[in-house]
Amino acid sequence: MANFFKSRLFFISLIIVIIASTLPLYVSGYILGLLTVAYYFGVFAMAWDLLFGFAGEVNFGPTFLIGVGAYTAGILNNQYGWSVYLCIVLGALASVIAGFVLALPALRVRGPYFGLTTLVAVLMLQNFIVVFADLTGGEIGLTIPDVISIDAGVNYWIALGFMTISAIILYGLSQSPIGLVLQASGQDPVQAGALGFNIVKHKLAAFIVSAFFSGLSGALLVFYFGTASVGTVVDVAVGVNVIVAAVLGGRRTVLGAALGAIFLIVAGEFLRPTGELATFIVSAVALLVVLFFPGGFLGAALSREARS
Amino acid sequence: MLAFQILIDGFAISALYALGATGFTLIFGVSGVLNLSHGAIMVLAAVAAWAAASVFHVNTYAGALIGVGVALIAAIVTYFAVVQPIQKSTRIPNEEKEIFVLTGTLLWGIMIQELIAYFFTNNAKTVLPIVEGVVAILGVRTPRNEIFTAVVCCLVIGLLWLLVNRTRTGKAVLAASMNPRGVTLLGLELTNIYVVVWAIYGILAGIAGVLLGMFLGVSSYSVGPLTASAFSIVVLGGLGSVSGSLIAAFVVGYLETFTAYLISPAYRTIPALLLLVIVMYIRPQGLLGRR
Repeated sequence: MANFFKSRLFFISLIIVIIASTLPLYVSGYILGLLTVAYYFGVFAMAWDLLFGFAGEVNFGPTFLIGVGAYTAGILNNQYGWSVYLCIVLGALASVIAGFVLALPALRVRGPYFGLTTLVAVLMLQNFIVVFADLTGGEIGLTIPDVISIDAGVNYWIALGFMTISAIILYGLSQSPIGLVLQASGQDPVQAGALGFNIVKHKLAAFIVSAFFSGLSGALLVFYFGTASVGTVVDVAVGVNVIVAAVLGGRRTVLGAALGAIFLIVAGEFLRPTGELATFIVSAVALLVVLFFPGGFLGAALSREARS
Repeated sequence: MLAFQILIDGFAISALYALGATGFTLIFGVSGVLNLSHGAIMVLAAVAAWAAASVFHVNTYAGALIGVGVALIAAIVTYFAVVQPIQKSTRIPNEEKEIFVLTGTLLWGIMIQELIAYFFTNNAKTVLPIVEGVVAILGVRTPRNEIFTAVVCCLVIGLLWLLVNRTRTGKAVLAASMNPRGVTLLGLELTNIYVVVWAIYGILAGIAGVLLGMFLGVSSYSVGPLTASAFSIVVLGGLGSVSGSLIAAFVVGYLETFTAYLISPAYRTIPALLLLVIVMYIRPQGLLGRR
């Protein structure tokens, strides 16, 4: 950990964050809005990477955790008019509880079966939102009366600050002894167990941390958008984007996941003039990275540094 | 009356689901690949058949054949362009290949879907049915096309059974699913077997796609739901177990038809998902799966 503060990665991250925090001074509100979404998305991807890259558990349903957090916060605000921050905290807590309920039985099963259980959880959530349309707004979406702020700059700083703090906590956790135990239990659960580590407890903890950040970020995103809908926080396609972002940025790097998410969202926007081909181009680039640079952006950069 | 209606409609839907899921589960059983571009390949087949008949004015039989042919090519391209490079890659650790194949095929599926949307728009397309008209079975007015769908599905599944159990190639495929290393020791090229499996898969997905296009119509939006339904059927039946997915396809098909007729079409998919959750918790390997 002490080495980290001397490493090049630390200085590069620091410079990037400082430059990013000055952006509202000279960049249009349109770009700020784009980056705000990208930062929340970055937290989704980092939370997912903690679970996949370190605990070795493929969570196909990141949007289950995101969606529970987002909708809980949104419904509480919509129905009872509670303050924004209380709703956000409660949303994150609901997500933790949902993560716990999902993980406890799901962690008994291994490999693809765990992934399938999480995928089914998303489909269930999606159906429940549509069925209980009175409460959730159904397919049209839930309107949320309050927003965090109407100023693009403030929203941007909140998102950037949130992403930075999440990155520090998640990265720190992944480099800590707990992260090492997680990595060991992901790669060889039997041996890690034989060394005396309680694997289930560690994985459960990882799941809960991942759920907490996913839910918190989902709730914040909902209060930024002023609306919650299946298409933005629950749909399997959103979850797929989270996974692609993490793999693209470099799995098992945490910070790379945030880079991948920002790339995906910004690239999607830049390619908007190409019309319907935008998604095609982003997917094709992502596929090429997956095929030829399986380490992802940050993975490729880090391995070059390690070699030199 | 309603009971017969459910029985007949449910059978056609289930048979179609079964055909779609069989190829999917076959690939998993033999090469351990979950092909998430499945829905895209099915839609591609239907759109190709539609385009051949409506844009290039070939007759419906030729159109259907073109659809299946396109799916066959797409499946083989999927294997060589996406799956094989990942499986042979030395830079991806073995335990992570699964997630890379999933991500890769998913991206590939999205690419196909976007290309379809770009060239043929998002509008729903209905392939001209090969047989037209309606007949009354047990007092239920049934489109002939529905009967045709059910018959073709059963026939193709029967042929697949013969192919796998009664031919030399089929036995090699079966052996590869049990012990890939053993097969290579016997002097068979594993890649050839995989190509055969992907070709079989392409034909199955192509037929299922074209039939679906005639029966219900498809659009590029059907890609995700099609992959998801094949996925849940295969999980319910047990990953890699062909007979398991056949049973599961009928369970899901009839559950959906029951719900749609007796409760509300809006709740169509919910009971099947609930069943899936219960099965995952009690018997995660599925109805007939091995752990």
